[in-house]
Amino acid sequence: MERREFLQVSGAAAGALVVPVWGRPVRDFTGALTPIPTADRKRLADAALNAARGRGATYADVRIGRYLNQFIQSRETKIQNVTNTESYGAGVRVLADGTWGFAATNDVTEDGVAAAATRAVAIARANARLQTEPVRLAPQRGYGEVSWRTPIEKSAFEVPISEKADLLLAVANEGLKAGANFVNAGLFLVNEQKYFASTDGSYIDQDVHRIWPNFGITVVNQETGKFETRNSLSAPMGMGWEYLAARPAGRVAGPTAVTYGVSYDMVEDARNAAREVKEKMAAKSVEAGKYDLVLDPSHLWLTIHESVGHPLELDRVLGYEANYAGTSFATMDKWRSKSFQYGSPQVTLFADKVQPGSLGAVGYDDEGVGTKRWDLVKDGILVNYQAIRDQVHMLGETASHGCCYADNWSSIQFQRMPNVSLEPGTAPLAPAEMIAGVEKGIYIVGDSSYSIDQQRYNFQFTGQLFFEIQDGKITGMLRDVAYQSNTQEFWNSCAQICDRRDYRLGGSFFDGKGQPGQISAVSHGSATARFNGVNVINTARRL
Amino acid sequence: MSAFTADEARALLTRVMGLSRAEACEANLFANAGGNIRYARNTVTTAGATTDRTMVVQSNFGKRSGTATINEFDDAALERVVRRSEELARLAPDDPEFMEPLAPQQYVATEGWVDTTATVTPEYRARVAEASIAAAKARDCTAAGFFNDGAAWQAMMNSKGLFAYYRNTNMNFTVTMRTADGTGSGYALRDFNDVAKFDAAAASRVAVEKAAASREARAIEPGKYTVILEPEAAAGLIQFLMFNFAARNADEGRSFLAKAGGGTRVGEKLVDERVTVYSDPQNPDLPSSPWGGDGRAMRRRNWIENGVVRQLYYSRYWAAKQGVEAVPLPNNLIMAGGEASIEQLIRDTPRGVLLTRTWYIRPVDPQTLLLTGLTRDAVKNLRFNESPVIMLNNLDALARAERVNGEFGFPCLIPAMRVRDFTFTSLSDAV
Repeated sequence: MERREFLQVSGAAAGALVVPVWGRPVRDFTGALTPIPTADRKRLADAALNAARGRGATYADVRIGRYLNQFIQSRETKIQNVTNTESYGAGVRVLADGTWGFAATNDVTEDGVAAAATRAVAIARANARLQTEPVRLAPQRGYGEVSWRTPIEKSAFEVPISEKADLLLAVANEGLKAGANFVNAGLFLVNEQKYFASTDGSYIDQDVHRIWPNFGITVVNQETGKFETRNSLSAPMGMGWEYLAARPAGRVAGPTAVTYGVSYDMVEDARNAAREVKEKMAAKSVEAGKYDLVLDPSHLWLTIHESVGHPLELDRVLGYEANYAGTSFATMDKWRSKSFQYGSPQVTLFADKVQPGSLGAVGYDDEGVGTKRWDLVKDGILVNYQAIRDQVHMLGETASHGCCYADNWSSIQFQRMPNVSLEPGTAPLAPAEMIAGVEKGIYIVGDSSYSIDQQRYNFQFTGQLFFEIQDGKITGMLRDVAYQSNTQEFWNSCAQICDRRDYRLGGSFFDGKGQPGQISAVSHGSATARFNGVNVINTARRL
Repeated sequence: MSAFTADEARALLTRVMGLSRAEACEANLFANAGGNIRYARNTVTTAGATTDRTMVVQSNFGKRSGTATINEFDDAALERVVRRSEELARLAPDDPEFMEPLAPQQYVATEGWVDTTATVTPEYRARVAEASIAAAKARDCTAAGFFNDGAAWQAMMNSKGLFAYYRNTNMNFTVTMRTADGTGSGYALRDFNDVAKFDAAAASRVAVEKAAASREARAIEPGKYTVILEPEAAAGLIQFLMFNFAARNADEGRSFLAKAGGGTRVGEKLVDERVTVYSDPQNPDLPSSPWGGDGRAMRRRNWIENGVVRQLYYSRYWAAKQGVEAVPLPNNLIMAGGEASIEQLIRDTPRGVLLTRTWYIRPVDPQTLLLTGLTRDAVKNLRFNESPVIMLNNLDALARAERVNGEFGFPCLIPAMRVRDFTFTSLSDAV
């Protein structure tokens, strides 16, 4: 019974992305881009907090948020739709009788938010009857009145639709000119204007921006009935319109393909995609067996997301997500031992909500905790999880890690994955040098199919482009490649990681968790890395 | 109050049409009211209730189209949303694939509303959680579950006089039971329009039994096996097959339904002759809306008949271009079953694997519709790489159909089935 409407994105074949869209579509964002005066929001927030306290809540917080989205989709030279949405409201969370209660309203007046606070306390008290584990909140100091905004150069929301349409059409034309049959392109923008206040004494005003340009270029051979697609090598970013400026600093001329870091050239990527997709269709079908894999950051981000990010969410480890996404193999006994070898000694994986340009970067999380960076796996050993205020006591810690998030004013905030990244290697090493040291391997660029089991052991991934490595040389493209492994085995087979010069962010705009479900955006940084002896299967079948 | 009757919808939408200054206009009205309760570690974690009403107005000038939405319904708000959609239409680029609003349609009668489901209370939800947790504790298990219920209303009107209305109620319950020693896991799902058909304790006991039975699971070597898929396990794979029955992709040559040399596999035998898959809004076990999002009427459609591909679904634009009937995307899926029970299927199987659930199903290769996924809550869990097309060519036997949701939450009636040579590619340690 979700009240959100889902928009089918992309006209392409199997695996079309479903995009959650809520709020009301608006013509343009005039008015919505001007933040509501802070004094007004403070008055409204105090109305909610006072109402909660008046009803006996021991803690309360309120988020007054305006959430803007823009989705533009095109196929070939046609703009298929432009959807603008705006959603404005307030969500109040309270602690009463040791139990959480939550209520939200789009009636953002003093009476409206006070009524929501009152409902939240009533819900908390009703649920307290069945409560067996009273909530324990880690202490959090009030920050007073503070603010933070994504350090964008230019808001993508202020760029006219016609300029965005022109970009998508240029991408289509470039692809079609280079011989593609179909081009599906899209541009997704998010702006969260959120005001958080709590009975701890914080009044936090944040303005958060995210952007994701993407495409799929498809070629069809009518004669043979074969078709193939190469998706874009962009990353969703916590940036403004400047991400699309195609600055030289962002262009990474890799050993076999061009990828991108802090700046993206969508038209060049489309041109490359149209050429590469034809090569991929004609490539040699891989021989199944064990290979050393060299994984580009544009691919590795997803493996990190599935095999490190998710298993180390503490609430998942403890069983709170058992009915939806499952639990985790990384049980607390392994952490307590201080000797669980999650990966090889080269592997340090860290969490954060501060990396510049990342999807997870904010000043404060959605329960008013200042953000930071912390290690999850250090020199191969499991050292920590991702936890929020009502969880860190289980780790013997007294301060939340700061990774609490709600995807809308009407959703309850809970623990979400922060950015999770692989620390680059300390010794100088470039991807071409790494490849030169591989006898029998496959170099993988870009992400595609993914699947992992409910405790995060067994996984399978494919990619966009596969290149065969023989005796240190790239000998051509491969097709029908998928690799399959077990998380601990995989990370312990990590033999080398390139240095900081190769470090880039990848990420997901639509990570899902919870019942009812919520989405979240998260980045994963890495430098090209090598994993030895990984099982590769051939996915070709005959119908 | 978010709910609206057909008469109330007609009156409101007529006012909206009266305000329009565009060449054509279409307005959709949605409302819902419902609640949920979530529990884990044998305790309630969250509970909520939502109620909402939204109207979406689309205006067009020529082939330019604009859309605006509002959730307020006084006169000023209605004027505001209509003008906004008209302004956006003037700014939008031409869409060569834009289709004019549909003329009035005839809709069949379906009944998806049950009063008991529309009046579920927070106390009822708390009792569901209590009963489920009690079933867990009785066998030293930990329960994690989710129950949600609600009522939904939809109405549509356009400037050609088309009017449509539908309301329905639905409840969905899922629970995962895990044994105390962490070596066993069991799952149950119940989905109904009528909450009176739901027994939380009984469903929870089924999940507890499965958890107990799955402890100390034996590993089998990956490879090709005869499998019996329970309806919930088969559903995800069948749903994936049917989500890819889009005509345009097949006509464009980028679908497993496209043929070398051009053309599609419509009219050809694709799978075993015992396979028949259709949709029917009036199916008594799976009632669904008699109209689609753009106002097109739903009726029984046969997608696969005795193994032969009969029908693909179309957008209105593509159907017009191809000169065929614009058969819409369906609201439910029904696969014809056999008369046998699943116990009979099991008894007749010398050696095989019983799958109660398939999970994290994702596409690997659209050329063959190769999917990968995991079994869950089974004999030592396994990863599979299999195409539903190949699977349905290796069909051995069908049992009676049951109502399930599958991984993608789409309402369907699917039978349990036995298939040969189902491909498991690796083992998983996950419980």
